[in-house]
Amino acid sequence: MAFPAVFEQPLGMRALANARRFGRWLTSPKVILGLVMLVMMIYLILVPLYRMFETTLTYQERDIHYEPDAVVGDFTFFHWTRMLTGQIAAVMTYAPLQHSLVTSAGATFLALVIGSALAWMTIRTDMPGRNIINTLATVPYIMPSWTIAMAWTVLFKNRTSGGSPGIYEYLLGVSPPDGLAYGPLPIIISSALHYYTFFFLFVSAALMSIDSNLEEAGELMGASRWRILRKITFPLVVPALLSGFIMTFSKVMGTFGGPNVLGIPVGYYTVSTMIRSNMGLGNYADGFVLAITLILFAMSTIYINQKVVGTRKSYETIGGRGFIASRTRLRNWKFILTASVIVFQIIVAIVPLALLTWDTFMLVDGDFGLSNFTLHYWIGESNPAISNGVPGVLRNPDIYKGAWNSIQLSLYTAFFTALLGILLGYAIAKGRGTRLSKLIEQLAFIPYVIPGIAFGAVYISMFAKSVGPIPALYGTFALLVVVSVAKHIPYSARTGVSAMLQVGRELEEAGEVANANAWERFRRIIFPLTSPGFVSGFLMTFITTMRELSLIILLVTPSTQVLASMTIRYLENDDTQMANAVIIILVALVLTGNFIITRFRGGSLKKGLGM
Amino acid sequence: METTNIIIKNLTKRFGQVAAVNNVTLTIEPGAFITLLGPSGCGKTTLLRCVAGLEEPDEGEILIGDKLVFSSRRGISLPAGQRNLGLVFQNYALWPHMTVYKNMTFALEIQKLAKAEMDQRVKESLAEVQMTGYAERYPREMSGGQQQRIALARMLAYRPKVFLMDEPLSNLDARLRMDMRAELKRLHHVAGATTIYVTHDQVEALTMSTQIAVMKEGVVQQMDTPDCVYHFPANLFVADFIGNPKVNLLEGVANGDGAVDLGNFKIQLAARTAPGQVVVAARPEDITIALAPEPGAVEFTAYSVLPAGADSTIVARRDQLELTVKVIGTSKIKMDDKVWLQFNPATLNLYDKTSGNLIHSKN
Repeated sequence: MAFPAVFEQPLGMRALANARRFGRWLTSPKVILGLVMLVMMIYLILVPLYRMFETTLTYQERDIHYEPDAVVGDFTFFHWTRMLTGQIAAVMTYAPLQHSLVTSAGATFLALVIGSALAWMTIRTDMPGRNIINTLATVPYIMPSWTIAMAWTVLFKNRTSGGSPGIYEYLLGVSPPDGLAYGPLPIIISSALHYYTFFFLFVSAALMSIDSNLEEAGELMGASRWRILRKITFPLVVPALLSGFIMTFSKVMGTFGGPNVLGIPVGYYTVSTMIRSNMGLGNYADGFVLAITLILFAMSTIYINQKVVGTRKSYETIGGRGFIASRTRLRNWKFILTASVIVFQIIVAIVPLALLTWDTFMLVDGDFGLSNFTLHYWIGESNPAISNGVPGVLRNPDIYKGAWNSIQLSLYTAFFTALLGILLGYAIAKGRGTRLSKLIEQLAFIPYVIPGIAFGAVYISMFAKSVGPIPALYGTFALLVVVSVAKHIPYSARTGVSAMLQVGRELEEAGEVANANAWERFRRIIFPLTSPGFVSGFLMTFITTMRELSLIILLVTPSTQVLASMTIRYLENDDTQMANAVIIILVALVLTGNFIITRFRGGSLKKGLGM
Repeated sequence: METTNIIIKNLTKRFGQVAAVNNVTLTIEPGAFITLLGPSGCGKTTLLRCVAGLEEPDEGEILIGDKLVFSSRRGISLPAGQRNLGLVFQNYALWPHMTVYKNMTFALEIQKLAKAEMDQRVKESLAEVQMTGYAERYPREMSGGQQQRIALARMLAYRPKVFLMDEPLSNLDARLRMDMRAELKRLHHVAGATTIYVTHDQVEALTMSTQIAVMKEGVVQQMDTPDCVYHFPANLFVADFIGNPKVNLLEGVANGDGAVDLGNFKIQLAARTAPGQVVVAARPEDITIALAPEPGAVEFTAYSVLPAGADSTIVARRDQLELTVKVIGTSKIKMDDKVWLQFNPATLNLYDKTSGNLIHSKN
């Protein structure tokens, strides 16, 4: 088809027309916002990754110890060869890597079994008290990830690491073997008991969305219950399992608290604890090599998994549509299964807190007798004979400062995450199908697969020095907010996009036809319709930030301590009771927050995870 | 109300490689009710959205009245809000968090109308769609039909020069749709605003429009009055798309002396045509059917008889050939009866088989 008009057009006029057209494109709100978001994603995600990579490939000041001829800032493979092939490689890289993979795989598998079983029992059986089980199942996830690890040590610690014995030894008089007290087994168990929630939530949602008709169709054709479960139900749940796998594996790979509490005493380092110890010694480049290794491993495991299961995009979770599902009758198993679930939930949700609380009442750690009871660690005045003169937590200004820091960090993070969610959601959803939108969406997904501690490491390299107008943020409270917001980007993008997509395109177009400008349309149409989603997202971010440790452990300084990092500091100073008291305060804050959420209309853990 | 004409010149809108609207040129007279009719994916909604300013075309020009609202040549594209038009969406697009009153005054507030004026406009517009007293309702508190009326009232309230409607009745049930057709036609009659109406429902198009533009694959196949579109379809696509039951299309060879050879019988035309491969189009209601032989009638067998009260449809077969015939009232013909079909030369349209274009129309 020919368009003579176009060819007759003088050159200048055509250029003007194109310029006008480009100008309109560039000044349309979704494009402006999209470009701003793109720059932001590049700055918050790609640039830090690049800087980290760059650091590993240049000589650092301390390298002159090893290579006297080195010029600081010159290009080198020194760190990579040292960490991957040098004498220290086995201890510094390969052993921790192996430990990380073993504990992540073990914890993920155990979490899968626990989470799926609980989900199936609450959604698909006639077990009594399903609602309570359902509520309690998410409690371990709400608590800090290393709570169970700390409780474990109260129960099982032995004298390997020096110090005092646990309850096990006190009661039985025999020291528990190292394998039970420390190392991979307790790390796997304590991590699985925290992270099974992902599987529980994803599988519950998937089971809820399966139409019973699908199973009944199989039943009518004469398939046995087991066959139906295997051939119909299971394949439908596979995408949910995959989502759970990706989330859990990447989280455990990057988790710091558990391996720190349970691994370090016996020298069982994972990549995350090894990164921390390198960073602590100032070996930034070496730490970054480990962080990059960790990222690559986490990403490739997820990639392989996705390839194996197929091309379906299971990252997009299945929403529960609330079919009336037929429930399996447990009959004779009802009593025993219900009892086991109750016992399990008590062990996971209540016992750890009880143990930690008990521990804070012991004057001398390890003596569980009544004569040893004290309130010193809570309300005692400074006494040089106990804990180097640190006063009880309720009299300690450091604790109040830490708690205030925690609350502030969580509030700021929640606020900016929600704000970014709105903006990202708008930019991605309104630009659906354009390259700009796809690019933003893909960039926003990256933090999802970067393990927490590695993400923290990335930010050290980024903000150690001032870049252009941005000051060196290292050591500041602002950096903690920035890193927390950045790590939440995948969730904010997902919440934002799903909230925006719920608002039909026509609703905004109707405003456009009525001559409302972009700001008016946003303020009067889009924002009121999407805000409920962001409110629950806000509250959820508040909680997850409050108990986040892996992400910020490398970035806190004495003046920016938050409660989470203080527990680790007290632990490292051997003030176990102090550490446990801080955990109790932290849990109390988090549970209060969670209580507010559940009271709040429409808020829930599921929504906070963007489901 | 003052009315305005709309001129669309060489308009093209591509999505990737596909031209959803392909070099469309249309002139819409002031006060016209023009329907864009076609199967889904024919580009009718895209064309409407281009006029509305919600989609930016790749080529061409659009004039509303004397205002150039889009020109690829000059790089002009006015935002939707400055084109002075109203749009009723397929799913109404009422803002769920606003009352009917707020929905209707949204645009008026932007125009900075006085409160009294706004109240007056809301009152009038609600009365026009017979929804007086619903101003404080929220959209979800009303039925689909009521929401539809409110969507119309919202458009009427700010008095645009042009009404655009994108399949506004498709979400209503059959009965309500009938009522609303009459209402919409009346509304257009009273308001007199130039209206572009998109639908895939030929009955809507035929009953309501002053002009119909039948579209296929982004191209306007025919633009004409409903009567002409029905009786003189410009090509085989239009002939086949319009009419229920469908037109009978009979392939044959024109012998040059005014008859078409269909293989085992011939059909006489009203005029001579050049010899060649042709298709004869005969509307089901234009064929007469009888239970006894008549001069010039062709013998068929009643394959199926479908009485529907007011009329009956008979599917008749002769060897491989199948024809649909429509008669008034309940037919006495029973299945497997021998029947005789008579073609009236004055009612037949003749198409070129290769191009599909009309070569010879019934007078």
